[in-house]
Amino acid sequence: MLAGIVALLAWLVANTAHNLETRGLKTGFGFLKDPAFFDINQKLIEYSSRSSFGRALLVGLLNTLLVSALGIVAATILGFAAGMLRLSRNWLMARLATAYVEFTRNVPLLLQLIFWWSLLTGLPGVQDSLSLGNVAFLNNRGARLPAPSAEPGFGMVLAGAGMAVVAAIAVSAWAKRRRLATGRGFPVAAIAIGLIVGVPTTLFLALGQPLAWDVPQPGRFNFTGGIQVTPELVALWWALSVYTGAFIAEGVRGGILSVARGQTEAAYALGLSRGATMRKVVLPQALCAIVPPLTSQYLNLTKNSSLAVAIGYQDLVSVGGTVLNQSGRALEVVSIWIVVYLGLSLLTSLFMNWYNRRIALVER
Amino acid sequence: MSTFHRTTAEMVTPRPPPPLSRGVIGWLRANLFSSWFNAAMTLLAVYLLWLLVPGILRWGLLDADFAGTTRFDCQSAGACWAWVDQRIYQFLYGFYPPEQAWRVNLALTLLIPALLPVLFDRMPGARWARWFSLAYPFVAAFLLVGGYGLAEVPTDRFGGFMLNVAVGLAGILLSLPFGILLALGRRSQLPLVRLLSTAFIETFRGIPLVTFMFAAALLLPIFLPPRFNLDLIMRVIILVTMYASAYIAEVVRGGLQSLPRGQYEAAQALGLGYWRAMRLVILPQALKVSIPGIVNTFIALFKDTTLVIVIGLFDILNIGTSMIANPNWLGLGTEVYAFISIFFFVICFAMSRYSLHLERRLDVGR
Amino acid sequence: MRTPRAWIAAAAAVATVTLSGIGVTNAATLEDVRAAGTLKCGINTGLPGFAYTDDRGTWTGFDVAYCQALAAAVLGDPTKVRYVNVSAANRFTALASGEIDVLSRNTTWTFQRDNELGFTFAGVSYYDGQGFLIRRSLRVASAKELNGASVCIQRGTTTELNLADYFRANNLRYEPVPIADNEEARVAYVAGRCDVYTADASALAATKSALQNPNDHMILPEVISKEPLGPLVRQGDERWSDIARWTLNVLLAAEEYGVTQANVRDMARAATPNPEVNRMLGSEGSLGAMLGLAPNWAVNVIAAVGNYGEMFERYLGARTPLGLPRGLNALYKNGGVLYPLPMR
Repeated sequence: MLAGIVALLAWLVANTAHNLETRGLKTGFGFLKDPAFFDINQKLIEYSSRSSFGRALLVGLLNTLLVSALGIVAATILGFAAGMLRLSRNWLMARLATAYVEFTRNVPLLLQLIFWWSLLTGLPGVQDSLSLGNVAFLNNRGARLPAPSAEPGFGMVLAGAGMAVVAAIAVSAWAKRRRLATGRGFPVAAIAIGLIVGVPTTLFLALGQPLAWDVPQPGRFNFTGGIQVTPELVALWWALSVYTGAFIAEGVRGGILSVARGQTEAAYALGLSRGATMRKVVLPQALCAIVPPLTSQYLNLTKNSSLAVAIGYQDLVSVGGTVLNQSGRALEVVSIWIVVYLGLSLLTSLFMNWYNRRIALVER
Repeated sequence: MSTFHRTTAEMVTPRPPPPLSRGVIGWLRANLFSSWFNAAMTLLAVYLLWLLVPGILRWGLLDADFAGTTRFDCQSAGACWAWVDQRIYQFLYGFYPPEQAWRVNLALTLLIPALLPVLFDRMPGARWARWFSLAYPFVAAFLLVGGYGLAEVPTDRFGGFMLNVAVGLAGILLSLPFGILLALGRRSQLPLVRLLSTAFIETFRGIPLVTFMFAAALLLPIFLPPRFNLDLIMRVIILVTMYASAYIAEVVRGGLQSLPRGQYEAAQALGLGYWRAMRLVILPQALKVSIPGIVNTFIALFKDTTLVIVIGLFDILNIGTSMIANPNWLGLGTEVYAFISIFFFVICFAMSRYSLHLERRLDVGR
Repeated sequence: MRTPRAWIAAAAAVATVTLSGIGVTNAATLEDVRAAGTLKCGINTGLPGFAYTDDRGTWTGFDVAYCQALAAAVLGDPTKVRYVNVSAANRFTALASGEIDVLSRNTTWTFQRDNELGFTFAGVSYYDGQGFLIRRSLRVASAKELNGASVCIQRGTTTELNLADYFRANNLRYEPVPIADNEEARVAYVAGRCDVYTADASALAATKSALQNPNDHMILPEVISKEPLGPLVRQGDERWSDIARWTLNVLLAAEEYGVTQANVRDMARAATPNPEVNRMLGSEGSLGAMLGLAPNWAVNVIAAVGNYGEMFERYLGARTPLGLPRGLNALYKNGGVLYPLPMR
């Protein structure tokens, strides 16, 4: 069997070499330095049509990471909400959540993506944009939001916020130690939120609001200024979140159901309320069962973000397709895709292993 | 001293529960209005339903138009379903010659007798029917492509829902043997085999299917000899098979792991070699446990067959999107996408229920 | 353990057979096409005028007619074509891998495609240039006014590069909206996702003709690039690229000498006063044999699709929804740049 595999590989390599030679195709990654000559509409880093193919791919990778990060946050919120609602005592809400989960899971993601995109591009045109207080606008080219730009002194606010976070962490650590030692509780959540919100806000007001807003202005064709959020980004983000959220909901539900019933009953017997039981007894235990499938859902979401190519969101695969086309380097571009996605999945599984070890230590 | 002792001659008959905890009202109280929070949730849900359901019903059915030859025949405010009648053939069969469509139907019908002996092993005659199951992929391929007396239909005529089903089924059926081999490889004693299998599985599971589609369209021709002309659909099936076999391998590995060690030891004790032990003892049990997982993999793969759209194949979704580019049907996106969603939903939902049912049955059996 | 050894033997056998098969050059497209009995021709997935399906679902159009002409020249039958729809993205792979024998899909002849990608262009079948399609209601008179506009483009085409160059050179900003193919671009344009759709002028005319109210839209006067479109084949098969080139030339020469679909049979039967026509139609000399084709190959070509002018009028000209003028694509005698090579 090994010999078979080796022979197959040798055969493929020989074919490839032969084909590359007869077709006069060049190989190698040197082309990444060549100018790309095409433009990209959404870029998180500086990029122009004179930038290199390599930089174009980097722009695409960052766009992939952006939509994945946004999607992971939203899918987690949606998934936890729907998963707990499915177990809710409220019959109607449980049914609604079930309908959401079952419908979304059983319809192709690509179809949902194209549907959301067609819905977004069906919004009113630029001239008839829906406006929110004349600072934010929504039309069939996406959303235009005011862009914040920092003025002198804003660094102070950021530093204050950072310190508030550190302080909040310290307080919660201290409160935990005290609780373990004395059994007395401490309103950690309220104080932490107060710190994290209060300190920067006070500083911000005290320093005379050192933040300017670049408000979008109507132009001849489009709004100018502000941040543009393309309908492609919103559609992809939303579709990924809704779809993955349904799978996460199943994981959450399974995790909660896996916690022995006696735990809940014991918590009730101790006089904990339903909410407190969920928060302090059930969820911490359920998380052990929820997190491993959750990470693989995150990975799926990242992989699925490659469907961007169907609606023209400029992610790694989409930009890579253009690079491939303009340079003719199929072999190189596909291997870059493989390396990047494998790298991402490797990172995810490393994180998962680390997390599993941590959970295992906590187990008593 | 009086005593507190008291006797009564008759039993106290159980009294009915208070009227408010019984019947419709009681059910409502327990399930919808047990607390103010619960009541608020109920009201929110009712509000959502009130927003969605009447609107959808009015749009999709009551106010909808069902007849006509272009969208201009649809005059009412609701959905325009006139295209269904005009285009249903294309949605189902793509560009398959209409006079040959019976072949597609037959191939799909034959799937039922091919699956029965796999799913219900106590069926009478299952031993013989299994040979048919093995032959089914070839029978179906012959029916669809033709040759040997049947009129040949080039694969570029494949399209519509038939393409989704064909790619999905071919992918899952062909990936079963590879997946099983990979799963065995991953649990092999030989380090090199284990390494290769693990590398293959993890690589293919880590990469999005879209890149496989591009590879099928752009890269595979470079790997194959010049005269080895495979058309695009065949190339897609090859790569989808490789992709699916990595997932099947993990499902089967789960099945293998769930078997108690005793089974392996017993097979060895009987003097069976590795392959015979696998074939006669281990795999039959492991595969049975894996069926729900295989069905789930199939559901995922089946939904993902819509990705062929990115390399320009005309599956049901692409037929739909290109139809709404036609000036006669411009702007009917919602109708088309709703229609296709229902197709996928019905099939995938039914399959997922079936796999759930199997899982429960297997749980009970253990 | 006999199994592994059997495996090794089988694998080794397979490997030797296939490895020895390599080394055969793939330079015999003509023989391959003859052996298969059909010509595999790569065409657009749908572009009115150039490649579209008629009411009966058969492919037709200007680019499709070239496929039919080539099939008529090689196989004597214009219907012996298997059409393979290729996207802008996969067209070159399809040709390079041998999935198609010729690519006739409004493809621009560029240096890079000719050299780095390893193809040979058979000539120019349509001289085009990149333009802009825009709504009249936006009251734009020139592409120079497009600062800040959203522009729909097809991914992986030369137009994408020209657009970037043009806006950069004129110091204009724009939002590129990349789209996979012409039909989707039309949908996006109609939906208002972009203000302008940029593509080859011929494709714009085709797109405009398919809009609901074509007169609400206009094509801006600027043509920002040269787009010589033509059929192409793999490099390294001289015989096949010659056939592709001279088939195209027959269409042009036939127009120059007034040979039409209607009169070609008659003109071939009796020698005409023009020796050039006689040589082309095979009644004098042996041009066909020099290409390895039948003596009446050119007759088959013209009988199948007519001459260039007839093809143009049938699919693109004034009486079609596209209504394109001949412009550059007229014969040199009529003020165009089409200059048929001598059939000698």
